[in-house]
Amino acid sequence: MSVVPDTTTKITFTDNNTKFNSQGVQFIINPYDELSLTKALEIAEKVGGTVTVATVGLADAEPVIRKALAIGANDAIRINAEPVEGMFVAQQLAEIIKNDNYDIVLTGRESIDYNGGQVTGILAELLNWPSVNVCTKMELVDGKMHFERDIDGGRQSVIANLPVIASAQKDLCEPRIPNMKGIMAARTKPLTVKEPVQLELKAHYESFESPSAKQAVRMIDAEQAGQLIDILRNEIKIIA
Amino acid sequence: MGTINFEELKDRNFGKDRYVQPDFYNIDELLSEEHILIRNSVRDWVKRELSPVIEEYAQKAEFPHQIIKGLGEIGAFGPQLPAEYGCGGMDYTTYGLIMQELERCDSGIRSTASVQGSLVMYPIYKFGSEEQKHKYLPKLAKGELMGCFGLTEPDHGSNPGGMTTNIKDMGDHYLLNGAKMWISNAPFADIAVVWAKNEEGKVRGIIVERGYEGFTTPETHGKWSLRASATGELVFDNVKVPKENLLPHVEGLKGPLTCLNSARYGISWGAVGAAMDCYDSALQYAKQRNQFGRPIAGFQLQQKKLAEMLTEITKAQLVCWRLGNLMNNGKATPAQISLAKRNNVEIALDIAREARQIHGAMGITGEYSIMRHMMNLESVVTYEGTHDVHLLILGMEITGENAFV
Ligand SMILES: Cc1cc2nc3c(=O)[nH]c(=O)nc-3n(C[C@H](O)[C@H](O)[C@H](O)COP(=O)(O)OP(=O)(O)OC[C@H]3O[C@@H](n4cnc5c(N)ncnc54)[C@H](O)[C@@H]3O)c2cc1C
Repeated sequence: MSVVPDTTTKITFTDNNTKFNSQGVQFIINPYDELSLTKALEIAEKVGGTVTVATVGLADAEPVIRKALAIGANDAIRINAEPVEGMFVAQQLAEIIKNDNYDIVLTGRESIDYNGGQVTGILAELLNWPSVNVCTKMELVDGKMHFERDIDGGRQSVIANLPVIASAQKDLCEPRIPNMKGIMAARTKPLTVKEPVQLELKAHYESFESPSAKQAVRMIDAEQAGQLIDILRNEIKIIA
Repeated sequence: MGTINFEELKDRNFGKDRYVQPDFYNIDELLSEEHILIRNSVRDWVKRELSPVIEEYAQKAEFPHQIIKGLGEIGAFGPQLPAEYGCGGMDYTTYGLIMQELERCDSGIRSTASVQGSLVMYPIYKFGSEEQKHKYLPKLAKGELMGCFGLTEPDHGSNPGGMTTNIKDMGDHYLLNGAKMWISNAPFADIAVVWAKNEEGKVRGIIVERGYEGFTTPETHGKWSLRASATGELVFDNVKVPKENLLPHVEGLKGPLTCLNSARYGISWGAVGAAMDCYDSALQYAKQRNQFGRPIAGFQLQQKKLAEMLTEITKAQLVCWRLGNLMNNGKATPAQISLAKRNNVEIALDIAREARQIHGAMGITGEYSIMRHMMNLESVVTYEGTHDVHLLILGMEITGENAFV
């Protein structure tokens, strides 16, 4: 589960545009991970089992992890490291997955901050598990996972043996809002902090750039529609 | 149950509520992680379950019964009471934040929660027998039972001590006679906590269940305010009430007034919620609406309105936060609560009126929540002690002189 800035956050950068400025930013559960968490709970409620939330993040991720526990996860693991890059995160997660007997690992299709979308695939590779990406339906039937994915002009059904890793796409389910009982229960649910395994970083973010500011709307008289073509071709240069 | 298709309405309007809370002084930093989690959860719940439907229910003057279960789950009913009775066991700050988020959407819905938590559950918890607590509180917390609070009478509003509703000890039961008026939740409540005088003229609290012979709850129609909240009368015509329904541990006006303190505290947070919604809406509108070739937010007159709104909201937020801490430590005085209720409702009303003007003609329609807030707040400034009455409480506290009579 990644912890990401709230979707209404104004994004700015610091340290010469090499770092996201988290000052005053509210953090939330990555919306796609919120879906996979809800789906995991639905599966566990139906067939039994427990749900563990795992996050690579520093201590400031804990309020968000606590929310995941309030939504219903049984326990949580925080790997005490900054989630600097997809490969690094996947390797850290692989370590804890290898150490315990998990049957199903659910992720989000991407995190909505850096939109890397790498962790699911790398994790599957590291674990040597089958993986199914961007699922709009997930169901556990007779010990096998049934998935559906939207593909160009249609839909694909996939059945996979356990263990399996899969990522959530929107419309997978309706995310749950923590209720009072869940929030009370979350106080005493275990949140284990583990130190990261030492790894060599194979990639890092070089710099960021904000999109250029929106320009004012210009109205063009309907009588002079030709002017529009002229602007698009010669001024903004988006048509040839 | 009503004429409105709740689910269809919810789907149709989902996602339209884009409220962002003003927090100019980073007051969130004064709250705990759990406070923020609960506050945000209630906000998310409101955006999903309530905002999409509230306008239609208010327009049609109906109470949305479908939300009761959800209100119970989210902790809106007596979150400040102990977990052993099925309640949240949370502090008063949490209670306040929940009221703020509900009233951010609608004062009527907040009223339903205030009445249930502070005026029905609280007196049972504080003054009830152990049997009464176990019988009623867990169900009230879940919303499986709904309650109302009968203090005001047709001829006794600000002066409840003059009440004429009365109970007579008949040996194996009490005989209850009289009438209460302006009672929130009355039309659908399963139980009523009623304040009545005994033979010695002492005010006692008694629990009256729907279905007792001679007990009726006619609805009050034609309100321009709190239209999504059901208001009614309680009429007692020789109602036989079992003796075990008397609240054993309180006598005198102190009983109802203690409950009112708890509810008024919640209202002081609630009113800020309404004010924040009006401000947020006005700010968004002012930035988008162009006149004379520029956003109206660029005109000094509109900036003055917005700046003053935010100033008053910030002050009121700090009053709430501090009062919450006093409540948590059992140190808040009735006069301190009066100051907060009086001030915060007043600024909310002023902000609603200013926000309505910023919205121009759009401000009078149900497209925006402003006019609904403004009309709702006219009840909020009157109930739970009128604006004047709170001033008199403060005046008495300051001077030691009673100016009520
Ligand atoms: C929508 C709604 C819901 C309500 N829900 C409930 C409920 O659930 N339970 C319940 O018991 N009651 C409820 N009430 C009643 C509410 O508490 C009373 O309306 C309130 O206490 C005022 O009483 P009144 O309306 O009789 O006004 P009055 O007391 O007649 O007051 C009229 C005016 O005279 C002023 N006034 C009165 N006394 C003095 C004085 N000594 N000095 C100076 N000015 C004075 C008042 O400030 C007011 O401006 C509700 C009211 C409304 C509108």
